[in-house]
Amino acid sequence: MALLKVDDLKIHFPIHGGILNRKIDEVKAVDGVSFEVREGETYGLVGESGSGKTTTGKAVMGLNNITDGDIYFEDSHLNAKKGKKVDVRNDIQMIFQDPYSSLNPRKRVIDIVAEPIRNYEKLSKDEEKKRVQELLERVGISSDSIMKYPHEFSGGQRQRIGVARAIALNPKLIIADEPVSALDVSVQAQVLNFLQDIQKEMDLTLFFIAHDLGVIKHMCDRIGIMYQGRLVEEGLTEEIFNNPQHIYTKRLVAAIPDVDPRNREKHREFRAQIKEEYQQSFYDYFNEEGLAFNLKQITDTHKVALPERG
Amino acid sequence: MWKFIVRRLIITLPQLLLLSLLVFFMASLMPGDAFTSQIDPSLSQDAIEEQRERLGLNDPWYQQYGRWVSGVAEGDFGTSTAHYRPVTDLIWERMINTIWLSLLSVIFIYAIGIPLGIISGRWNDRLVDQIITGYTYLGFATPIFIFALVVLFFFGFTLGWFPTGGSVASGLEPGSFEYIVSKLHHLLLPALSIALIGVVGTVQYLRSEIIDTKQKDFIITARAKGAPESRVYNRHIFRNSVLPIAAFFGYEITMLITGSVFVEQIFSYPGMGNLFIESILIRDFPVVTAVVLLFGLAAILGALLSDIILSIVDPRIRIK
Amino acid sequence: MLSQELLKINNLSTSFQIDEEYYAAVDDVSLTVRENEVLAIVGESGSGKSATAFSIMGLHNRGKIEGEMLFQGQDLAKLSTSEMNKIRGKDMSMIFQDPLTALNPLMEIGVQIGEVLLLHNKNMSKTERRNYAIELLGRVGIPRPERVVDQFPHELSGGMRQRVIIAIAIANQPKLLIADEPTTALDVTIQAQILDLIQELKDDLNSGVILITHDLGVVAEMADRVAVMYAGQIVEESDVESVFVNPQHPYTRSLLSSIPATDYAQDRLHVIQGIVPSLKHLPRTGCRFKGRIPWIDDDAHEDHPVLHEVSEGHFVRCTCYQHFYFPDENKEDQANGVTEG
Repeated sequence: MALLKVDDLKIHFPIHGGILNRKIDEVKAVDGVSFEVREGETYGLVGESGSGKTTTGKAVMGLNNITDGDIYFEDSHLNAKKGKKVDVRNDIQMIFQDPYSSLNPRKRVIDIVAEPIRNYEKLSKDEEKKRVQELLERVGISSDSIMKYPHEFSGGQRQRIGVARAIALNPKLIIADEPVSALDVSVQAQVLNFLQDIQKEMDLTLFFIAHDLGVIKHMCDRIGIMYQGRLVEEGLTEEIFNNPQHIYTKRLVAAIPDVDPRNREKHREFRAQIKEEYQQSFYDYFNEEGLAFNLKQITDTHKVALPERG
Repeated sequence: MWKFIVRRLIITLPQLLLLSLLVFFMASLMPGDAFTSQIDPSLSQDAIEEQRERLGLNDPWYQQYGRWVSGVAEGDFGTSTAHYRPVTDLIWERMINTIWLSLLSVIFIYAIGIPLGIISGRWNDRLVDQIITGYTYLGFATPIFIFALVVLFFFGFTLGWFPTGGSVASGLEPGSFEYIVSKLHHLLLPALSIALIGVVGTVQYLRSEIIDTKQKDFIITARAKGAPESRVYNRHIFRNSVLPIAAFFGYEITMLITGSVFVEQIFSYPGMGNLFIESILIRDFPVVTAVVLLFGLAAILGALLSDIILSIVDPRIRIK
Repeated sequence: MLSQELLKINNLSTSFQIDEEYYAAVDDVSLTVRENEVLAIVGESGSGKSATAFSIMGLHNRGKIEGEMLFQGQDLAKLSTSEMNKIRGKDMSMIFQDPLTALNPLMEIGVQIGEVLLLHNKNMSKTERRNYAIELLGRVGIPRPERVVDQFPHELSGGMRQRVIIAIAIANQPKLLIADEPTTALDVTIQAQILDLIQELKDDLNSGVILITHDLGVVAEMADRVAVMYAGQIVEESDVESVFVNPQHPYTRSLLSSIPATDYAQDRLHVIQGIVPSLKHLPRTGCRFKGRIPWIDDDAHEDHPVLHEVSEGHFVRCTCYQHFYFPDENKEDQANGVTEG
């Protein structure tokens, strides 16, 4: 069942210019994106900078103005016109990229973690403290540290505090926007393992946004590949990595370094070959504006943006 | 860039309108009116009323405002009630004096401030920086009128090196060499007083700008190219740090023109600030109004000038 | 036959002052770089890899440097700044991590490239420098170089700016190129292009390259030899194949098991317990990695760990590698990398 459904989402940002600073053009950051995130799965949205992946994530959180399209969460229409708006913000939470800047350095851990609780529930001081301690223990941080400040923790621990805040209201969906890209390899492994644990424990659905295909491959059940505001391909992780159909997906996959140095020459040749194919067949895969076509179903689970035949 | 300048000019128009309205209402709120000081106490109430009617002082405000603005636009600020001369004439010569004073002060500020800021920023936390920073703290803490009084007393009266009032010695032929020297002689002390206090902001700003730029990644790039320290500083650090200072030029000028009020008064220097205070004391409201309007105008134009300079020196704005 | 040695570092230590006392961020490091060879220095933040690069370039202005760095017969550690300035930018140059901040925002691209030409070749005229800058921009794959030469950094994308930085680095045909995390800030497809470019330029110029990175994928693609650094020391050094196919040191093995989507990683990623100690709190005696593999017997470690040659050209520090095994997953999960600081 779809927990989150994004239907033909468009987010256009105006560009102001000219003498009177009027709107002269717009950036189509997200331009007709549709996908579903199913209950209990991890859905990955991949793309390079400027692809619109983060903008999409923020739109689901209600942090961006939506130009057109609809977002549904468990059958409630998130961007319905005024009056009918449903508050599902305690069901959807977000984890951010940089554990160093996403926590207020002047607040103690207890205040950071309790912030969402204070917004939605009325608890006594003691109840609140107990709740925060439980949450911290759940993310593997000693409950004695509630009075500490963010700078007293390592990068991985800070990201855990961010997670503790995110799960404080027992959300159903967590949007993780590049949660490990600012971390060292070993710390990254810590956070990824931990996200998987917490997902199992709490029956969470994860909406994972990242540019690192290795991380995405490791974490996700299904993947959507974004390019210039549109999805170019969507499918199960194996389908995307073993049988990519769109030339852009092929190129992304080929760009992942191979960790076996013995394959180096082969991999480099393969990459060069894909690059050539990309340049030669660009207009077989993209329209005159260089944008992707609409997604077409090629198997039950696999969709690719290919032009209409004929 | 041209688009930016034109857009910036358009923004200036409503500012000017607002300024003129503000000044007009301020003037009408002042105790009495243009007429109060001319009243002969022996005149009858009816006669006064008649006069007021004749001068248009009983008309609705927008008619008075319209008359006033169209006059101002033609350079007519009315007649000084104290001197019985057109305000424009009165202000004109004072304005020239103030502009000279401000210009010289600005030259001093940059001549003192840029080297001090550079030294202080380059050798930050060394002894020389601590001395300079100490001076800037003192400068911030010292009110300009007290400092100006001390300077005047010491160099003007005690040592007698400088004249203690006026803008030029009397009896000299305007334009002659002696005339110019005498002008400079009169300007030096007030300009230095303004500069020595006014410079502290520039020094501190430049210092922190340099310390900031020193830590930028592109400085490492420059060193990795094999650039000697002198080039790293001159070409990369100072250049990048001084540009924002250049952009403050407009604000600086405005600040000086309006800030000269006290200093001109203390040095009895016949400038606009001096005129302003005199006119308030003798309730010469047409002059007060005109001076306030000109100060406001200077502020608007200064900001405009700064933005334009910034758009010229910073490519990130220039190319947009 | 081995090609000629270009840079030979013997017992380099670089220390920084914290509260009146010096702490070594690079501790007794010895390395050799040969012509037309890529030496990768791998490690996480705090391992001392960037500090090593900055020491070679003489870019630490506050560090205390000990040891020898022989480059073309000269000891870089003994050179004055003005002598260094004759070498950096010419025979030895550097590519930086963040292309968004490594260029002067208020200077045209052409002038920034021209500067490195001017500094090492006073005879070049302004026009010659400009023309050569255009040629270099074309060389590093920038489209329409005659236009870009007059542009400012903010008008270019991150990938293009990194190409400009590479153009500056190769302007005087350096013999040694130091690349400090050259692709970390870039997108994957751009990363592949930049790596290919560095490889290509290295072959053309026959230069030696020191590649500093935390990304093992990049190492596998680029390096001929690899030095793995942990807490200021080299813990393993060998040719690239041995490091990936037959890694020995517990740290190397742990790192390889912690990267996702590789043949090494299982369903669950391996997590190295604890955190990299800060410079001030580094253990200075015994095996520095000991605290992060507490399930390994204390006797397995040496008191004064040295590099052992385990096979030809393959060095591993400390004897603990002989006794290392990955712990039981469940036990590991309890600790899960958490230590209260």
